Amino acid sequence: MSRTGEFEPLTVPGESGAGEGQDVLEVAMGPHHPSTHGVFRMDVAVAGERIVRLKPVFGYLHRNHEKIAETGSYLAAMPYTDRLDYFCSLTNNWAYALAVERLTGLRPPERAEYIRVITAELTRLQNHACLVGFLAQDMGASGTPLMYAFREREKILDLFESLTGSRMMCNYMRFGGCRCDLPDGWLDQARQLVADFPRFLDEFERFLADNEILMARTQGIGVLPPELAINAGVTGPMLRASGVNYDLRKVDDYGIYHRFKFRVPLGDHGDVYDRYMIRVLEMRESVEILHQALRDIPAGPILDPKSKPRGFRPKPGEAYGRIEAPKGELGFYLISDGGSNPYRYRVRPPSLINLTVLEDMCLGQTLADVVVILGSVDIVLGEVDR
Amino acid sequence: MLSPETIKAQVESLVPGAELVVVPNGSTDNPGALLVRGEQAVAVARALREHPALRLDYASNVTGVDWPDQVLREKHRIKLIVEGEEREFEEERERRVPGYLEVVYHLYSMALGHGPVVLRLRTGNRNDQVSLPSLTPVWRSCELQEREVFDLFGVRFEGHPDLRRLLMWEDYQDHPMRKDYSDPDDYEYEPTAHDRVLARSRARQGEGAAS
Amino acid sequence: MLGAGIIKGLAETARNFVGSYVVPERLITVPYPEQRLPAQENARNFPFLVYDGDDAAAGLRCVACQICEKECPPQCIYIVKDVVKKPDHTGKLQFQPKAFDIDLSVCMSCQICVEVCPFDAIKMDTEFELSTTDRFGGLLATKDQLSKPNTYYHQIHPGEARQVDEHLAAARARLEARTLSKPAGDAGSR
Ligand code: SF4
Ligand code: SF4
Repeated sequence: MSRTGEFEPLTVPGESGAGEGQDVLEVAMGPHHPSTHGVFRMDVAVAGERIVRLKPVFGYLHRNHEKIAETGSYLAAMPYTDRLDYFCSLTNNWAYALAVERLTGLRPPERAEYIRVITAELTRLQNHACLVGFLAQDMGASGTPLMYAFREREKILDLFESLTGSRMMCNYMRFGGCRCDLPDGWLDQARQLVADFPRFLDEFERFLADNEILMARTQGIGVLPPELAINAGVTGPMLRASGVNYDLRKVDDYGIYHRFKFRVPLGDHGDVYDRYMIRVLEMRESVEILHQALRDIPAGPILDPKSKPRGFRPKPGEAYGRIEAPKGELGFYLISDGGSNPYRYRVRPPSLINLTVLEDMCLGQTLADVVVILGSVDIVLGEVDR
Repeated sequence: MLSPETIKAQVESLVPGAELVVVPNGSTDNPGALLVRGEQAVAVARALREHPALRLDYASNVTGVDWPDQVLREKHRIKLIVEGEEREFEEERERRVPGYLEVVYHLYSMALGHGPVVLRLRTGNRNDQVSLPSLTPVWRSCELQEREVFDLFGVRFEGHPDLRRLLMWEDYQDHPMRKDYSDPDDYEYEPTAHDRVLARSRARQGEGAAS
Repeated sequence: MLGAGIIKGLAETARNFVGSYVVPERLITVPYPEQRLPAQENARNFPFLVYDGDDAAAGLRCVACQICEKECPPQCIYIVKDVVKKPDHTGKLQFQPKAFDIDLSVCMSCQICVEVCPFDAIKMDTEFELSTTDRFGGLLATKDQLSKPNTYYHQIHPGEARQVDEHLAAARARLEARTLSKPAGDAGSR
């Protein structure tokens, strides 16, 4: 594999441990395995301790989300997008709303754009906090780090509930804006939370960053070279951990991200440790964005006056809207034939596409490392299987 | 970002014999797509990836679209001589437009930070000419997504390293994302209070009992 | 020194453990069901039908227009229109539902029925303790079970209910003003 080269079929590497005459043992990890974060199966072949083949098996949670969305109205698909990556329903809403806005030319008002950035960055905070917790859990730190992360997530979910009515299935964004305005006092609560959040990050860093076990289990494990990451369409923190500077908030400049000052953290080894650290650093940048957005948010309307819930029929055409979701590039591709339901509705699921390289990262590692590598990819099966 | 017409001209000059068609887009979004003939697809894809001004090194989204056979009714004016007098009549004629399956690729450049260029490939029809070349050798991100298109739409990708169903199970027959797909009614259903599936399955069971 | 990082981490665990006895934000959960958190104004669970006054049948705001039935994404609302009309809150004769069922096993609490209802007739409830022993019939909420008084609506969503009331009162006032400004015969024919 070189930057301009082709993808070559996988071969068992010489140093993988599969010696002459050594038996290969096949293990089916999942679909009900605590490490797979859902119903997901990996058919693994091990020679001794080392992985020589790994085939992911998908579809246990498949419900044909795309077909359901194509049979209902444009608005009716919105609550279903909550159920894709159920950790991050607000960013899913945003990506879908963005695609419809690109299709129709609706434009969210200023205040709605700020609300979108605020809710999306809060979503990113809670997603990354939980991911770090789950990763520690996968390494055997049963419960404690995860519960600390959940404690912080709880506070964010409370904010979501008081804004959208639901903790996880928010169904909040609308084409050309948001469904309802912020309740009284919400901004102050959010400011308080954002001001307190770095304390949790410091605490978490003291708790884990120097931990020798964590370093032994993650450094040099599951290395993903940047050329392969680009060619395989890996996106999000996983791509940036391999040192590729590609963040849609900077590149595509959707919403109003150009107004905020933030940095894009990059890794240089592309191993599990870098992927862990990238998330921690991204949380700090999200806090920065939140500080600025919560400071600058203007008053005003929250919905484009041309947007309407019923009888919504975009002109024939197609659009592709994508955003930087916490897990990577989440895209929605819509084709309208002028009817009240999308002719084609497609979700580009970052969780699924990031798994393209799972086998490449796991070859030659041990079975215990597979659990950690999968944990560092950050998948949610609701999105992988759709 | 270069316009689709410029890209078309550049690719046609780079790949001998390539013929691209610009497909316009009616929405406010991207300017248009490039329709490529199947047998040239891999060469064109490579040219798009290597071209120094394009460097489309990242295939973000791969998806299928089903366009079923259509019967268009068109009105034609015809002249007939009726009772020695020439009069104009309107006649309605039916025209069959054969359907096809389409695969759409959204390409971006991570190196140059631009995009998208939309590439479209079309199959001959929806039944027996459903093969297209796989672009997985050019962009590996197509690997799982082409498997998904194969699974849900039934496009066969020649040259794909591992073409299996992705979401449905191995011995499943149909392609659920096609527009003419109908749900099977022999699966385990959960009767709910007003359930179409329940009604249909009752009717079916009644039939079974009668025969 | 090898192990220093682990000891540092364990010190953090100890701080959290001790802290959870004194600092409230370190222990944010409550032992449900003995203790309950106050409900949020915007909280939503399943829909219910609002009626004005004391009589659920006479005061029901729903006019059986079936918009919500059509727009509900998982299609879990089932409405049968009654042939008998009844006056609504402005006195105008309107249809009413004979049956109005919501299949709670299918409903996904998305609130779209509330958004599309032009009559402020359907709102979101906050009741969540709905377990039954009957998986199908028990989770089918009928019109009688769904109808709840406006006072209840005020209790669970005070701010929103106040706005709706103002909005409806304004609509009534507009209608009255129009009726008064027109000759009596004209108003009667409306
Ligand atoms: S609840 Fe509202 S939308 Fe539904 S039928 Fe009644 S009046 Fe119409
Ligand atoms: S909340 Fe959503 S799913 Fe439930 S009845 Fe209303 S529209 Fe249907």
